[in-house]
Amino acid sequence: MLIKTALEALHNVMDPEIDTISIVDLGMLEHIEVEGNSVMVKLLPTFMGCPALDIIRKNVEIEIDKAGVFEKIEVRFIYHPPWTSDRVTETGRLKLKEFGIAPPPKLISETGEWHVDCPFCGSTYTTMENLFGPTACRSILYCKSCRNPFEAMKPVSTMM
Amino acid sequence: MTEPVNKMPIDAGIKPALTSLLYQLADDDFILAYRGSEWLGLAPHIEEDVAFSSISQDTMGHAAMFYQLLEDLGEGTVDSLAHARKAAERRNAVLLEAVNGPGHYLSTAQYDWAFAVARNYFYIQSKKIRLDSLKNSSYQPLAEVALKVNMELYYHLLHWKTWFIQLMKAGGEARTRMELAIGKVLADFEGVISLGPLAKDMAEHGLIEPEEVLKQRWLLIMKPVFESINLAVSEADLAMKNGNGRIGEHTADLDDALATLSEVYNINPAASW
Repeated sequence: MLIKTALEALHNVMDPEIDTISIVDLGMLEHIEVEGNSVMVKLLPTFMGCPALDIIRKNVEIEIDKAGVFEKIEVRFIYHPPWTSDRVTETGRLKLKEFGIAPPPKLISETGEWHVDCPFCGSTYTTMENLFGPTACRSILYCKSCRNPFEAMKPVSTMM
Repeated sequence: MTEPVNKMPIDAGIKPALTSLLYQLADDDFILAYRGSEWLGLAPHIEEDVAFSSISQDTMGHAAMFYQLLEDLGEGTVDSLAHARKAAERRNAVLLEAVNGPGHYLSTAQYDWAFAVARNYFYIQSKKIRLDSLKNSSYQPLAEVALKVNMELYYHLLHWKTWFIQLMKAGGEARTRMELAIGKVLADFEGVISLGPLAKDMAEHGLIEPEEVLKQRWLLIMKPVFESINLAVSEADLAMKNGNGRIGEHTADLDDALATLSEVYNINPAASW
């Protein structure tokens, strides 16, 4: 029962920069463990240099603490298994799109090419402006159909 | 920040080679990430500013992971390892500490973009080869870190390789400046390839493949790239002109960098920033 409470709380922890998507839907949650009144949460960072990690840790503690049933809350960042972009859930992909960020491409073909559809009009007629974006996990693109610039989550896979 | 991974009992015989390797990996990334961050606001165009700072941020994240592995082995805290060690204790390759060019980033910077491209491309390619080897390291925590770092390297390599080939093919002043920069990078690239005095122990313990194997792999991967841009580079061009960073030999450039980057830390080493 308590584990359900903790999990529900985690669904309220949003990405500090993309406030429509929770860290659970981003695929960052690897493990959650409840023992008595203690809860331990293990999270996978998307990119190692991500400066939002400390904010996320604090927000996890705050949200779980709101339930008022846990005396000890521990949050750890681990890097094994590594976070990959296919960990983003279906709900997460939808939420990213709502925010105006194209979800990471699902399949990477053998040539290493990837295609991103415009999150606004759905067109495939898009161009890459910059592989690197405002944060480590995003790229900047441009839609030639609706003429909007947009961002996309980078595909990240252990195959790379 | 990350979970201590030191759950593996370490054989005392492995430790000197293991820590030596980790210091090299951490210090290499740390100082190059610092040099990269000095370019912020000065890169050739705004997209490059975004890209280069993103890459530097990733690279600093990699250094932090390697320092974390050292912390787990009882070498000190991540922050003190990054900020409190003197130049003579650093094990980074001398090439990576060299200034970006004449002047200071706050006022009179006349940084050399050709040098940035050549240094970063050659280094990232050698880092990729090293990390691919480390994925099979006998030290499991290092193998796990290697897998994570490797995924981010994919984008770094793509970025620098694109710049390198385009500038080399551009001809004119770009080509001339690139060739000068390549000469400068190769003159100290042996120092990047080197794994230091304990290289043999590292290989014997299965921590990483032998230095010579990694070196030949770098030459093999670079060969078609050099051929495609009509550039003659041979093994004999790789040298260690300005000192062997793997044994603590460094230039004044590193002293200056350390004085700047640790200034805030040294105000109060116990503070949490």
